[in-house]
Amino acid sequence: MQKLLEQSLDWVDARYPVKKVWDEHLAKYYAPKNFNFWYYFGSLALFILVIQIVSGIFLTMHYKPDATMAFASVEYIMRDVDWGWLIRYMHSTGASFFFIVVYMHMYRGLIYGSYRGPRELLWIVGMFIFIALMAEAFMGYLLPWGNMSYWGAQVIISLFGAIPFIGEWLAEFIRGDFVIADATLNRFFALHVAALPLVLVGLVFAHLVALHRVGSNNPDGIEIKKNKGPDGIPVDGIPFHPYYTVKDIMASVFFLIIFAAVMFFVPELGGWFLEHDNFMPANVLQTPPEIVPLWYFTPYYSILRATTTDMINVLYGVTVAMGILTVISVKDIRAKAATVIIAAVVLVALYIFEPKLWGVILMGSSLMVFFALPWLDRSPVKSVRYRGWMFKTALAIFLISFFILGYLGTQPATGLSTRIAMVFTVLYFLFFLLMPWYTTYDKTKPLPERVTE
Amino acid sequence: MIKKIIIALWLAIPALSLAAGDHVKLDSVDIDLSDKASLQRGARTFINYCLSCHSAGYMRYNRMGRDLGISDELVGSNLLFATDKVGDLMKTVMPKEVALKAFGTVPPDLTLVTRSRGPEWFYTYMRSFYRDESTESGWNNTLFPSVAMPHVLYSWQGEQRAIFKEHDGIQVFDRFEVGSAGSMSEKDFNGTMRDLTNFMVYLGEPAKLVRYRIGVYVIIFLLIFLFITYLLKKEFWKDIH
Amino acid sequence: MSDDGVNRTRRRLIGLTAGMGAVGGAFVAWPFLASWAPSARAKAAGAPVEINISKLEPGQMLSVEWRGQPAWILNRTPEMLDKLPGMVDLIVDPDSQESIQPDYAKNKTRSIKERYLVLIGICTHLGCVPLTKFEAGRAEGMEADWRGGFFCPCHGSKFDLAGRVYKNVPAPTNLVVPPYHFASDTQIVVGIDPSMSRHGPEGAKDMDKKMKENLRRSKG
Repeated sequence: MQKLLEQSLDWVDARYPVKKVWDEHLAKYYAPKNFNFWYYFGSLALFILVIQIVSGIFLTMHYKPDATMAFASVEYIMRDVDWGWLIRYMHSTGASFFFIVVYMHMYRGLIYGSYRGPRELLWIVGMFIFIALMAEAFMGYLLPWGNMSYWGAQVIISLFGAIPFIGEWLAEFIRGDFVIADATLNRFFALHVAALPLVLVGLVFAHLVALHRVGSNNPDGIEIKKNKGPDGIPVDGIPFHPYYTVKDIMASVFFLIIFAAVMFFVPELGGWFLEHDNFMPANVLQTPPEIVPLWYFTPYYSILRATTTDMINVLYGVTVAMGILTVISVKDIRAKAATVIIAAVVLVALYIFEPKLWGVILMGSSLMVFFALPWLDRSPVKSVRYRGWMFKTALAIFLISFFILGYLGTQPATGLSTRIAMVFTVLYFLFFLLMPWYTTYDKTKPLPERVTE
Repeated sequence: MIKKIIIALWLAIPALSLAAGDHVKLDSVDIDLSDKASLQRGARTFINYCLSCHSAGYMRYNRMGRDLGISDELVGSNLLFATDKVGDLMKTVMPKEVALKAFGTVPPDLTLVTRSRGPEWFYTYMRSFYRDESTESGWNNTLFPSVAMPHVLYSWQGEQRAIFKEHDGIQVFDRFEVGSAGSMSEKDFNGTMRDLTNFMVYLGEPAKLVRYRIGVYVIIFLLIFLFITYLLKKEFWKDIH
Repeated sequence: MSDDGVNRTRRRLIGLTAGMGAVGGAFVAWPFLASWAPSARAKAAGAPVEINISKLEPGQMLSVEWRGQPAWILNRTPEMLDKLPGMVDLIVDPDSQESIQPDYAKNKTRSIKERYLVLIGICTHLGCVPLTKFEAGRAEGMEADWRGGFFCPCHGSKFDLAGRVYKNVPAPTNLVVPPYHFASDTQIVVGIDPSMSRHGPEGAKDMDKKMKENLRRSKG
């Protein structure tokens, strides 16, 4: 029996590199042995991707992407289809958990400097995954065709209207109608169930390829490959399989307990995972009293809403200050000139274009700025463990800003809350804009030779 | 230090969001889906009164019967007015045009009302009708001002009058006063409305009857599984120093 | 501890984890597979149908949809009925031993009332809808010895005027007789046995069970 198995494996292996893949990516992929809590979220994200794809495929079998039938077909799934409620809750709970896990995963990258060289591409592919995931979530959110789905999509797509010259045309082009309509639902369905999942799976594959090329970072932010034993294996590395497979299995089961607790006992999570207003069918004539996106979009939504005429004045100041700071700091005269020109262009643009456009630009920039992270960080160390007070303070302010913006995004906008959102929007961006300076002047601690516990 | 700042900020936030707060206080209602008798009474009220104008168009009679312990025969002989098939969806017989003529609007589908507005809202709403000669129907509602719906159950509750008080120059609802008594005592009427609300919660999500129970089994299974995978992890990781 | 001991503990734990994983996987797979079963809507649509036969003249056939399938009601003339006993030699299963029909239709005419034949119009071979060829002989394009009945255009199966299958054709059994009863002299209800008076999918479910039982019995 044993022999037969081995022979079959050899037969396959001669034709398909099973053993090679197994060794390279699991049995002889050496990961640092000091992974902590934060290192669970990568494999958990992969796990949720599988949950979402499987539950999504089964929802597709019963769902109708038609404006007259979509809402009823969701209730049909919830009532008439055997176990349909379970599959639907799995998918809706999975959507929110996907973002929780991905945010944790990104935060891990932030604190341990996983975006730093040689992992720049790994980070960039990851950011593309995040953006694809946001698009996936946004389009999926329209499909139940509840009133919040409808108006949320209406508002977000109208944002494109702020783009000068082509905006209105572009918004209409995306909707395929003058408002969100059947055509929009139909194309969002196609993108949500076919196009974007393909993109996501492809990007996740690229993410893993990049990871296994450069190797995993670790909480100490030192390269284990620099310290190899006589056998050529990093002394601080352990084979991913079995050590991290058994650890990740345990984490997955733990995660499933939390997941099941939400899914079975509080699938709406008090309106955070499934919003109350979305239990009313889309009504073209009536906007919900408080229109907010789902929680994972609220920080960016806050930034959008904070960009009023007052904010433009603040942006003048920020642009001038950043310009002066850069001119003082860079040595090269051509760089100084370039800085002045860029600042001048930004100032003129701020003067010409309306706040609505800048809201869209700032919202987009709040994501795009992450792409620049590998080059903004000038610190000699990667991990927060060995950084000084400046980075730690900046990180804390950034984190607080992110949470406060997220919270404000769930609340109706008032004069006061918009002002607060403005302050934290500026702080959010300063984390990135000032990073070259505070990481340069920050006092760091000496790095250890080997990874620590 | 940082933690303290975070906490202080978090505590400060709710104060900021105290925006326009014209909320009428909602009364709490005791929801208990295991109380089959209450659900059955609620179903009877719903089908006899609400369903003549409103639909519960995502729900089937026989499913309701099965979940509430009412046989198809009983559903067929007692609860079917709009159709003769127990497998049908609970749609109202009132045509849209008639409704438009009578109320100026089409009564909304009520299947999901407790999911969109909440059981407390529904319970309070049903008990907040008052006499108001200035409206077309002669009725008004403190929770839903100038609602098109008349007080269908006034023969049970009787008539009440709403007393408003001046508050910062605005008329604010203060309390109800009994006008004329109905066939039910206040306690009985509240009980009937509680049954109805209970039923509406069930109607909003029939799966609620089973998902808690299944959830308990799933989590027990996962806890055992977690223990085993923990042992497995520990067993392997004793190699690592 | 010897290497053997370590190995044994590990193997046992791996086995346990794999076992529980498999059980858990099966539990998860179940709802997904079960979601493919006919939904409450499909079952409601499969509820019994009532047909008024007061206008159905002798020799005429009515086709109605029941559970998305054609259900046929043929009002047979005395001449048609007279032919049935003489068919026995040509028929695979003249006494309907191997075929699916309610017990009350397991007789010479395969019906409750002699005249009225109720059938599911689906060929028992591969599910096509047979054509009606009631006229004997070449009148309807059949061979000279044709005695009138149903002809499946897909693979040439032939059935007589009681839905019984001819010998040497691909279809294995007689056309199925669905559960039905007479609500009154002019009212046939297809989809429910006479013993179950109330309408509804619950009745249909019992009928499902009965049909399956019949099938099992006919195979056994």
